[in-house]
Amino acid sequence: MANASAGKVRAVFGQADAQKQSRTNFSIKRQTGFGVIALFCFFLLYLPIATLVVYSFNAGPSIAIWEGFSWRWYVAAWNNNQIVEASTRSFIIASFAAIVSTIAATMAALATTRTRPYRGLNFIYGFINQPLMVPEIVTGIALLIFFAMVKIWTGYTGLAYLIIAHTAFCIPFAYLPIRARLENMDLTLERAAADLYATPWMAFRRVTLPLLWPGIIAGLMLAFVVSLDDVVITELVKSGGQDTLPTYMLGQLRRVVTPEINAISSVFLLISIVIVTLFFFLNRKRT
Amino acid sequence: MSRAGSGERRSAIEVLGVSKVFGNGDDAVRALDNVDVTIRENEFFTLLGPSGCGKTTLLRLIAGFDFPTEGEIRLYGEDIAPLPPFKRPVNTVFQNYALFPHMTVAQNIGFGLEMLGKPRPEIAQRVTEMLKLVRMEELRNRRTSQISGGQQQRVALARALAPRPKVLLLDEPLSALDFKLRKDMQIELKRLQHETGITFIFVTHDQEEALTMSDRIAVMSKGRILQIGSPRDIYDRPAERFVANFIGDTNFLEGTVTAVNGSKARIALAAGGEVEAGISEGVKPQGNVTIVVRPEHAAIVMAPGQDALRGTLENIVYFGTDTHFHVKLASGPHFIIRQQNRHGAREELKVGMPVGVEIGEHAAQVLKD
Amino acid sequence: MPVAASSSLSRAALVAAEADRREIRGRWLLASPALLIILFAAIGPLFIVLLFSFLTPADYGGIVWKPSGHAWFQVLFQKDIFDDTTTFADAHLSILWRSVKLSLLTTIMALAFGFPTAYFIATRPEKMRDIWLFLITIPFWTNLLIRTFAVQEVIRNEGIINTVLIKLGLISSPIQIMFTDVAIMLGMLYVYLPLMVLPLYASMEKLDFRLVEAGYDLYANRFQVLRRVIVPLVKPGIIAGSILVFIPSLGAYVTPRVLGGGKNMMLGNLIELQFGQGRNWPLGAALSITLMAIVMVALMVYVRYAAGSSENRHG
Repeated sequence: MANASAGKVRAVFGQADAQKQSRTNFSIKRQTGFGVIALFCFFLLYLPIATLVVYSFNAGPSIAIWEGFSWRWYVAAWNNNQIVEASTRSFIIASFAAIVSTIAATMAALATTRTRPYRGLNFIYGFINQPLMVPEIVTGIALLIFFAMVKIWTGYTGLAYLIIAHTAFCIPFAYLPIRARLENMDLTLERAAADLYATPWMAFRRVTLPLLWPGIIAGLMLAFVVSLDDVVITELVKSGGQDTLPTYMLGQLRRVVTPEINAISSVFLLISIVIVTLFFFLNRKRT
Repeated sequence: MSRAGSGERRSAIEVLGVSKVFGNGDDAVRALDNVDVTIRENEFFTLLGPSGCGKTTLLRLIAGFDFPTEGEIRLYGEDIAPLPPFKRPVNTVFQNYALFPHMTVAQNIGFGLEMLGKPRPEIAQRVTEMLKLVRMEELRNRRTSQISGGQQQRVALARALAPRPKVLLLDEPLSALDFKLRKDMQIELKRLQHETGITFIFVTHDQEEALTMSDRIAVMSKGRILQIGSPRDIYDRPAERFVANFIGDTNFLEGTVTAVNGSKARIALAAGGEVEAGISEGVKPQGNVTIVVRPEHAAIVMAPGQDALRGTLENIVYFGTDTHFHVKLASGPHFIIRQQNRHGAREELKVGMPVGVEIGEHAAQVLKD
Repeated sequence: MPVAASSSLSRAALVAAEADRREIRGRWLLASPALLIILFAAIGPLFIVLLFSFLTPADYGGIVWKPSGHAWFQVLFQKDIFDDTTTFADAHLSILWRSVKLSLLTTIMALAFGFPTAYFIATRPEKMRDIWLFLITIPFWTNLLIRTFAVQEVIRNEGIINTVLIKLGLISSPIQIMFTDVAIMLGMLYVYLPLMVLPLYASMEKLDFRLVEAGYDLYANRFQVLRRVIVPLVKPGIIAGSILVFIPSLGAYVTPRVLGGGKNMMLGNLIELQFGQGRNWPLGAALSITLMAIVMVALMVYVRYAAGSSENRHG
């Protein structure tokens, strides 16, 4: 969910500057039972995911009875046209939405950081973060109504609606890491460039942009994952035959579930984990 | 490259009636208040003052990172105040060096020349020259994050000097270095200034640094320049209480003018006795005045003469190279005398003894206020 | 000190003022693509929702352009078809109540599990903290639907929990968890738990453990230190985490749909229903605005508490 992920990003960036605290005696930090609860939590977090992945390799048609190891459900998914189509659509939408939202967010971040407060600055902040504040179901309904009207006026029913909708809610996610990176950037570097005869454009190209790059990549990846994961808004906005992988799965969950769903989910999981791992290390290097 | 100091030196920078106001309305802060100063060609000029005195603001105005609210800043006669920084032949060494972290040492040094559109061979040659000047040839291809603080400092200097600026601005460049390195860099900076013949404007809050390095010093406080002069002028002949206080330890004495003779005045001290005191330019002493006497310009005596101040020795503080004697004068105020330690001397002075304080010739100076 | 009249301003000051104006114009221009996209595909349509909530429903979905307050009336009340008496709309009220109740329960449970977990991570050696944090983050970035589906596999009648309990002989027939409020709550707890842990951890990492030491020095026992020193100091994290769990829970759609089945709806599902089988767009719009209003209230409470607690820290 949009709201949910936003908090995550905020939390991660909030802790970035808090790495400098003195080591004290271990026993002072101890609280009885906390360790057990924490480890239980981690166990619970991974139990369902692990189950899901394990059963994706089930030889039998059930997601409850284990009948031995097999790749058959991966093969089945690979040969299922609907799944291939939905996946392709998901990636097309996510790619467009991530690129466009990252460009818009980069520009917005440049417009809203490293400046004395000017009139309208808070307005811009509020506007950009708005998609995080409104429940997805409400945004979804709003877009459903609005795009229904637009579809009647224009007669166009293509993918652009989904792409625009995804771009809008991806902007705040792309914006957060880029803005964080800009705010941590030393302003005197640009000043030094100007002092050394770089015009504003050259200072941007040769100093700001190279230093901002990791933030932009992080923003792009975040936006991509968020778009790829979206269910609610897509479900409400899509026209007939525009299923993405998540909405296709949502439809399938109503029927008899076979490990095919597990197989798709596992692949999806893997993609998310790879991207998040990259994101994690990209942010870690930033000091 | 060094330049002969013959003839009248031209002025490199003229600051004319410059004020800088930050904010507006009731929140407005006047960071600089009608400042006038002329900095000569090939001069090591220091802006000295406590934090918030406006010295960095003045430097930023010269560099072009800010614009004056009123007044002009001339570089060799041309008003450069409206120009953006990249159009000014002036370079800065930043307090935190501001080296580009994504470039090598050589790329940093060549950046300015590159921006000026110089051909590559010329840039490469100049970079080599600069690396030699700051003795860093072997670190040419290092990343700036891989070199020490002192080395970063040298790269920052080389980078700012590479485009041959008409004026080099240095914003407390030594403050991040440790004591030993700072001492070395002070000498290094003097050498570089001498070798390049470029006008240096140096900002610092460290009075010792200012005294040891500068040709001339401007002491600033609350957005104004209080006194401009050579280090010796500033130290020996402070014109104002703030200047006297900010630079070194000082004794203040009250007195009344009895006679004025050119640049000297005779003062009858409230503490008894009479001294001859120097008068700074622009000061017209009359009536009650304050004079200053540096602690090392007075002597403590056990058998005071007629012009000596009398008092009681209250405290003796040993400093290794010298000793401070705290004397409570009979008239009330305290007086501190600093005397260099010689082997076996001053053993006979004890706390509580009646002593006399003799003020040396040319030691006293009348203050403006 | 008043600024001198403009006639005495330096040429530079005039140039600077012009540059300033140009810079701000430039900044607005830079921000405009993002603003326009969000206006077009997020904020603007919300006003249409507001408008639609005051219109008349068409028979087969959509609206008739005729103003009506009936949708708002329907949010809370219903009219009996036969005798025209007005009663509370029990179905709506029970869904509203379930939404608030389950969201609150989820928040409390998340706090109960999240607090020790965040504390555990914050007290690990510095190098290990990132790895623990990463382990919290991973499930969070994986698809919400997939995670909900994963929970379903665990709590189903044939799922791991029931299978294990039966094998152990503790129960003879599976416990029905799926399609109950408990299932929804467990699902939301699972998917939103990281949202509680992360802000809590952010506060705890900044915690000055010398204060904890001082607490012990002044004769507090472990529980007293926790209650009187640690909890007050990490209160901003507690509030942030609670809000971050509460708000998406309140608007949840996928989790109740998958785990709650058709009967145990939450507000999100009720809204969606009006645009699907319900064919009452104005009612759906009015319910959407209601949901948003509750969220806004929660956010306002958060802003107030967050501001209050940061003042306390400085004072």
